[in-house]
Amino acid sequence: MPDSLVIKNLNASIGDRAILKDFSLTVPKGEVHAIMGPNGTGKSTLAKVLAGHPDYTVQSGEAFIDGEQIIGQEPDAIARAGLFLAFQYPSEIPGVTIANFIRAAIVARQAKGAPFDAKAYYAELYAKMDALKMDRKFTARFVNEGFSGGEKKRCEILQLMMLKPKYAVLDETDSGLDIDALRIVSEGVNRLRGPDMGFLVITHYQRLLEYIVPDRVHIMYDGRIVHSGDKDLALELEAKGYDWVKKDLASA
Amino acid sequence: MTTLTSMPSGILDASLQQNETKRFAGNDWFIQLRQLGWKNFEALPLPKRDDEKWRFSDTRSLSLADFTVAAAPSDADTAKLIGQSHFITRPAGLIIHIDGHCVLRPVIAPELAAQGVKFESLEDALRHHPALLKEFLLKHEANLGGAKFLALHQAWLRAGYVLHVPKGVEITQPFVSVNWTLTEGAAIFPHALVVAGDHAKVSIHEFNLSALPDQRALAISAADLHAGTGAHISRFAVQAWGKNAQSFEIANTCGGRDALITSVNAALGSRRARLENTVRIEGPGADVRLYGISVATGEQEFDQRTLQIHSAGKAKSDLLFKNVLLNKARTIFSGLIKVAPDAQQTDAYQTNRNLLLSPEAEADSLPGLEIEANDVKCSHGATTGQVNPEELFYLLARGIPLAVAQELLAEGFLEEVLSKVDNEEAAAVVREMFRQKFHTA
Ligand SMILES: Nc1ncnc2c1ncn2[C@@H]1O[C@H](COP(=O)(O)OP(=O)(O)O)[C@@H](O)[C@H]1O
Ligand SMILES: [Mg+2]
Repeated sequence: MPDSLVIKNLNASIGDRAILKDFSLTVPKGEVHAIMGPNGTGKSTLAKVLAGHPDYTVQSGEAFIDGEQIIGQEPDAIARAGLFLAFQYPSEIPGVTIANFIRAAIVARQAKGAPFDAKAYYAELYAKMDALKMDRKFTARFVNEGFSGGEKKRCEILQLMMLKPKYAVLDETDSGLDIDALRIVSEGVNRLRGPDMGFLVITHYQRLLEYIVPDRVHIMYDGRIVHSGDKDLALELEAKGYDWVKKDLASA
Repeated sequence: MTTLTSMPSGILDASLQQNETKRFAGNDWFIQLRQLGWKNFEALPLPKRDDEKWRFSDTRSLSLADFTVAAAPSDADTAKLIGQSHFITRPAGLIIHIDGHCVLRPVIAPELAAQGVKFESLEDALRHHPALLKEFLLKHEANLGGAKFLALHQAWLRAGYVLHVPKGVEITQPFVSVNWTLTEGAAIFPHALVVAGDHAKVSIHEFNLSALPDQRALAISAADLHAGTGAHISRFAVQAWGKNAQSFEIANTCGGRDALITSVNAALGSRRARLENTVRIEGPGADVRLYGISVATGEQEFDQRTLQIHSAGKAKSDLLFKNVLLNKARTIFSGLIKVAPDAQQTDAYQTNRNLLLSPEAEADSLPGLEIEANDVKCSHGATTGQVNPEELFYLLARGIPLAVAQELLAEGFLEEVLSKVDNEEAAAVVREMFRQKFHTA
């Protein structure tokens, strides 16, 4: 399918441990899909495999963004092809400022040798930081170094807003956020929603989905999607708990 | 004589050295200093492979042959290089040498001169302030292996600067000294003498460069830093000689009671560069910080030898040397902390971190402690490794290509030290020099 993020029968492992088991999912552009599932079920693995993390081995399966195969591509090429991963645990990068980091990511997307408009860049960066209620002084801070959990997640969303990918995978962006931060981050995401971007929102809790209302909700268990539905599925899951997934859905 | 050994020429020619020494008639002590330098130079052997103080260094390629003391530069070259020597705006004073000839004598603000501040070429200072030089110039032996090189420096001593800030005078804007090599095969022996009186504050930046990137050159530099009671000295020395230069620097840093000294050495240039830095803690409460950064590429060898001597107690010294290695480059860090028996309550630290960006690069580290006091906090450590894979993945996942990502991480690695430079303009200049070096590696 063009205009979609398509994941087909993906099998991936770490070491000799199989994690993703025939995982399939399609996120059409313009939609927001949520994946919920208990800890250890393979949600972050899915995100990292899509992003090309070298620790994981893909045994079989495919993934396409707008028809372009990304499995087997280098992580930087996948990102430039249009996939953005907001990390569950973003790395700290000592000595590299946020401004230089995002600038390098933007330059990497420009035609070789094209001039970089620093003035426009800072104007945009400041506007987006204002929207996320981030102090402008953060531009000179080293990426994620000494940030609180919430600051790290805001910084991920700032990068998302600056890089404008075709598809964004948000891995537990709500964890470590208080209600105010959750609202700000969700507003940032909601502002990006539109016909040009697809979202895969990974979360453990239904809470985030009150702010970022999904078009579809998928329940993941033991490396695959075991159940899909509309936004009300999140509420049902919240009410019944993950035992419901383990006992009923997984064996279905 | 029937042997085929060629006659010594240039800097190894005794008669040339004697002739030049005659120029200092009237300054007998200085003539004697140069003569003693020559005598020691002739008596000392070149370092050999099994010399412990030269462990891991490529001693085979050490050669002092075929270097000459160059004539004064042309007016055109002088004008051009002076034009390229303005690294920071409005320094407190600027001195420029080309091939060991002072081509720009410093002018300092009348207020500073009125307070007794002196910033002069070594030759001028010899005439004007012989007593100051007698008291502070070359008062310490080279104890880290470079005695023969320091002896040759002493024998040919003429170039360099003297910076004296008297008691109580505080100057925040840095003084700047720029050394250029210009002539093929030139040897230079620049000296840096910084004396800060009690409670004085001074900052000096040194930029060492070659006018032509491929030019052969030999630089044997020495620095003497003396900080009196409560004095602050900050020094930023940038070694950016051309890629065919050999350079040796022997530095001595003395901190008196409650002195604060920060020294940052940045290394970029030379085929081989050796830095010997001895810190002498002579008064309680002194705080000496010794930092080094380098990016070594091609087949460069950066050889760093340090010694932190604590003779007085209740004082602190902190050392951090960080090297980034590419291609087939090599770095050697050898450091020793020595704490005298009565230097109680000493805090002394030493860290060497090496970032390998190539499987063919090699970093050797020899940290050491010799503690004779019992109430001390001392540590030393060394790490050598590649970029952190999770950090690298984070950059790649933003679409940044591998080479750019590695460069960003390496620049970030150096930033910990560059951020200690007391002048943002100078730090930016050197940051850009490192960036250019990555791009041409
Ligand atoms: N680097 C790793 N090494 C070994 N096992 C791992 C590694 N990363 C994840 N796992 C295992 O893979 C499984 C899936 O983990 P993960 O994808 O992080 O789950 P989730 O994000 O759904 O909580 C877990 O059992 C976890 O312990
Ligand atoms: Mg996870």
